[in-house]
Amino acid sequence: MTPAVEFRRVSKTFGSTRAVDDLSLTVARGEFFSLLGPSGCGKTTTLRLLAGFEAPDPGGAILIDGAEVTAMRPYQRNLSMVFQSYALFPHLSVERNVAFGLEQRKLPRPGIVPRVRQALELVRLDPDTFSRRMPSQLSGGQRQRVALARALVLEPAILLLDEPLGATDLKLRKEMQLELKALNRRLGMTFVYVTHDQEEALTMSDRIAVMDHARVAQLGTPAEIYENPRTAFVAGFIGASNFVDGQTGGRADGQWLVRRPDGRTFRLPDQPGLRDDTPVRIAVRPEWMDLFRPDQVPPEENAIPGSVREVIYLGETMHVIVDIAEGESLTVALRNEGQLIKPLPWKAGDRVAVGWLPEDCQVLEDH
Amino acid sequence: MTDRRRRFLAWLGRRPVLQAWTLIAPAGLWLLLFFLVPILLMIGYSVMPRGTYGGVESGFTLEHYARFFDPLYLAILGRTVVVALVCTALCLLLGYPVAWVIARSRRWRNLLMFLVVLPFWTSFLVRTFAMIFLLRDTGLINTMLLSLGLVEAPLTLLYTPFAVLAGMVYSFLPFMVLPIYATLEKLDPALLEAASVLGARPAARFRRVVLPLSMPGVVAGCLLVFIPALGSFLPSDLLGGAKQMLIGNLIQNQFAAARHWPFGSAASTVVMAGVLVGVLLYLRTRDRPAPAMPG
Repeated sequence: MTPAVEFRRVSKTFGSTRAVDDLSLTVARGEFFSLLGPSGCGKTTTLRLLAGFEAPDPGGAILIDGAEVTAMRPYQRNLSMVFQSYALFPHLSVERNVAFGLEQRKLPRPGIVPRVRQALELVRLDPDTFSRRMPSQLSGGQRQRVALARALVLEPAILLLDEPLGATDLKLRKEMQLELKALNRRLGMTFVYVTHDQEEALTMSDRIAVMDHARVAQLGTPAEIYENPRTAFVAGFIGASNFVDGQTGGRADGQWLVRRPDGRTFRLPDQPGLRDDTPVRIAVRPEWMDLFRPDQVPPEENAIPGSVREVIYLGETMHVIVDIAEGESLTVALRNEGQLIKPLPWKAGDRVAVGWLPEDCQVLEDH
Repeated sequence: MTDRRRRFLAWLGRRPVLQAWTLIAPAGLWLLLFFLVPILLMIGYSVMPRGTYGGVESGFTLEHYARFFDPLYLAILGRTVVVALVCTALCLLLGYPVAWVIARSRRWRNLLMFLVVLPFWTSFLVRTFAMIFLLRDTGLINTMLLSLGLVEAPLTLLYTPFAVLAGMVYSFLPFMVLPIYATLEKLDPALLEAASVLGARPAARFRRVVLPLSMPGVVAGCLLVFIPALGSFLPSDLLGGAKQMLIGNLIQNQFAAARHWPFGSAASTVVMAGVLVGVLLYLRTRDRPAPAMPG
């Protein structure tokens, strides 16, 4: 099946800055695809290239449904967009905003009215209450829904969303995330979603392209990105990670030994690309680590001794920060089983060992 | 002293209404003295009999108003309204694109704005005189046309309605450009992008988004051009050769040459009342609630 969107070696340069660098990727039809990264990573430029607001540097090509659209204007591309600022027309009522695209497509009047109603109902805005309101009379969340209705009413093949939930409070954001995901499934429309919020991307996406410095750092499903981050950037940007450095020091029983600067070793599952006597950096998620008394570490666990610097109460979890060397610490996330009934046995100053299983190590490529 | 001042300021700080009045008072007194008083004087003069040697005599009469509604003067008024309207329309047609370009440009914005206000550095009178040197038979334009062989005899440019309009448009154009620029500059570019993905080509984007959102600037610009154009007398005097009198010339003549202050006052009052009614009517049609979608 032809992909809904294809970028072929697309670059975009503004003056002397390269905003997008030799980008190639495909988005499958009906997919919820996220471009995730910090500000300035090129994700918004990528979306604007797809929308047609920017033209790529010569040599790159953008395809929609297998047809090249590189030279097409935005109004020729059969896509819709929800803007970060919502970009509602302030001089038009809610229904006129939603009807705008249909009117541009020269639909006959009687056909427009029911479709506007339908679109408003789709985003759960009561048409009888909101149709006549002006954008200035709406709350942020309501504007968001109008912007969504205005884009959805055209039934485009592709819907672009540029951080549409950025300005809303946490509770509403969570609610909209689930709604957007449900709309994507129900309508079978391809969603291309730009966000800097890793949790948002993990929640909604079928696949995520993590962008960094104008390039795709890693592309994969949320589980692949979270559980197998390939670079320190991805490991650090998506979720929290502990980084442990060392030097490979021989293989035994299908495992590599890694020697820490202080001479202690830990084990790493065998994997291609590793050579003996070379520096490696591994990432381990805080929730995959555990704390033990220094003399009670189970034999199958890797362990690094240290002393507890701080215990942080986060509600769902407890974070224990352990200093393992000068200027080096690890964060261990433990489930909060109720500090009032079953308090953590650790407090600042305790000597502990941080333990984790060799298979939970993620060897990073960019070291 | 400083202590007393501090106590006074603290006392004032607790009285926001008094504070507001204190801030308004200087400008308010100024306007009262130099705007309201003369206007009331003018209205007063307009209903008093004319003095034998200029000025007015005590008494009450409406004869000056009656005289103004003579077809001769109404024709002048009508012509003035037409000239002012044409001038406003030309300023709008010429000024809107300029305002758009300035609002959209980043690098040249300051320079272009500077160029727009540059003519204000010299007086209106000097600028109007300068147009004579451009337009007269031996002026710059005719000299160039003749030397290029494009015309055989100099074109009659000066002392024509064209010259009057050219002078007025030139003088009032910045008053159109500035308010339109101010509204266009605030226009969120994302609105144009939104219109574009929703299927609007450039012409539709202008008609459905840019123009409606810049209407406050257009209206302000039109008022700022139309009202002074209605009362102007220099361009028609200097560039029109006083061949076709406008209401401004009439009023000026009554106060200066004819020394008929009451009639001049009556004419001024009629024009002012007309402008006032027009503006009020406009303000009433604006700010209506959103109409229902037809269909």
